[in-house]
Amino acid sequence: MMETQEKISPPGFRTGSRSDASTEEYYLNMGPQHPSTHGVLRCVLKLDGESVVEVVPHLGYIHRGIEKVAENQTYLQLIHLSDRLDYLSSFSNNLCVCLAIEEAMQIGVPERGEYIRVMLCELQRIQSHLLWWGVFGMDLGAVTAFLYGFKEREQITDIFEELCGARLTMNFFRPGGSWADVPDSFLPRVRQVISRMKGALAECHTLLTNNVIFRERTQGIGVLPAATALSHGCTGAVLRGSGVAYDVRRHDPYSIYDRFAFEIPTGARGDCFDRYLMKMEEMRQSLAILEQAAATFPGGPHRAKERAAYKLPPGSYYSQVESARGLFGVTLIADGGPKPYRVKFRSPSFSNLSVVNAIAAGHQIADLVTILASLDFVVPDLDR
Amino acid sequence: MTAPRARQEGRLRRLAGDLLSLFQGLGLTFGYFISPARVITQQYPENKASLRMTPRFRGRLVMPKDEAGNHRCTACGLCEKACPNGSISVLSEKDSAGRKVLGRYLYRLSQCALCNLCVEACPFGAIAMGQAFELAVYDREQLTLVLNQKEETTTNV
Repeated sequence: MMETQEKISPPGFRTGSRSDASTEEYYLNMGPQHPSTHGVLRCVLKLDGESVVEVVPHLGYIHRGIEKVAENQTYLQLIHLSDRLDYLSSFSNNLCVCLAIEEAMQIGVPERGEYIRVMLCELQRIQSHLLWWGVFGMDLGAVTAFLYGFKEREQITDIFEELCGARLTMNFFRPGGSWADVPDSFLPRVRQVISRMKGALAECHTLLTNNVIFRERTQGIGVLPAATALSHGCTGAVLRGSGVAYDVRRHDPYSIYDRFAFEIPTGARGDCFDRYLMKMEEMRQSLAILEQAAATFPGGPHRAKERAAYKLPPGSYYSQVESARGLFGVTLIADGGPKPYRVKFRSPSFSNLSVVNAIAAGHQIADLVTILASLDFVVPDLDR
Repeated sequence: MTAPRARQEGRLRRLAGDLLSLFQGLGLTFGYFISPARVITQQYPENKASLRMTPRFRGRLVMPKDEAGNHRCTACGLCEKACPNGSISVLSEKDSAGRKVLGRYLYRLSQCALCNLCVEACPFGAIAMGQAFELAVYDREQLTLVLNQKEETTTNV
């Protein structure tokens, strides 16, 4: 009997079988088609009744081999592939690739170009967090939050559409700046967003943060100790929710982030509610950065002089940025030709998801949905 | 004696606060319900006639032509080289004077990532990203287009 059960148990599980006369553990597929997995992520659950014993995430359903594809693209062409990793922070991803190319080729960026980059990345952080906020609400059964999140997100997406013609896959930054200057309506619209978002954030708190059902379902759920978060390589709000004040914008400032004053929020307990609060506070901090940048937005060129060809000198180049989900890194290994020898993307979602088993064990299935939502991963970013 | 009563009062106050939080959320949504002017939903597709994309909108690639049907393409092939997905083929031919001119400009929408690199690469402004956004067709052969003909037609290549 035990032998046959060993045979049919799915791969990847570390806990031994605990089935006896009083209880019988069983396995359940969650995904790859499940609303709370936000895409095609498959989680195999080992359950004892309704409580989760172990979670094994299975990736690969949306693997596109982007790192390999990038080896056959020139350095300019591979920027558009970074849009398709974490599609909710494509500006940050574009910026990261451009930073690596700029470091290799010693390309400077004009003042206005730097401001455009910082402002767009912060706008996109707010936009991404708003979407996450809505989806978090919907995962817990609050469809209203989903609609309100998208309503506020829409005004930021409209700015992007007017700026570069795309709403999701921007492909906007180039080595030395960006391919276009901002339109005249950009600054007024950003100021409008800043003033509107303050009321919108208050609405968010009324709808979800103060809601007793939401609090009961997030407080004390999925407690992630700081040591576990660090050992799994978590970054972004997942790490900060556990009390570690790490932010790439502060600890390894890129672009012109060292000129702006902003705070790094940290959580006390590391539960889902703390991770939620981190994101809400990050939106406020991003608004503060936007306010400072809009006040001192300079004129001048938006892009350094274009090179005839973008050929990186042989060597290995690494750059990292703080995307909406955490630390996003790019390694370019160049052999002197027009195309990279090897490209490696370090995506924040992958590391953040890796703690799911450590924090979900012992909780109910409904709490696992909360935990998955609070980790805030983007499946194409997991798989690449 | 006072300690349990204080605890009970604290519990009651928390219960009142919890109930209030639910009604605050309901009040917010009700506020939107009675003031439709704050709703930003667009009535697509009913508003299709008045719907305008932004000037920089990146729809499918188009080749702007003047009234006589002339385009500015010189068949240099820079867009073809810039394309990350091989969605452009510039097929040149010789005219009667022996100069290289554009024969057929093949554009495969099915492979296009709408990344704008071809438009950036073109030194003559011969191509642009269009305003069309309803790009679905019933037959995939209709996704391969010849851009330099007067009517941008599909081809069986």
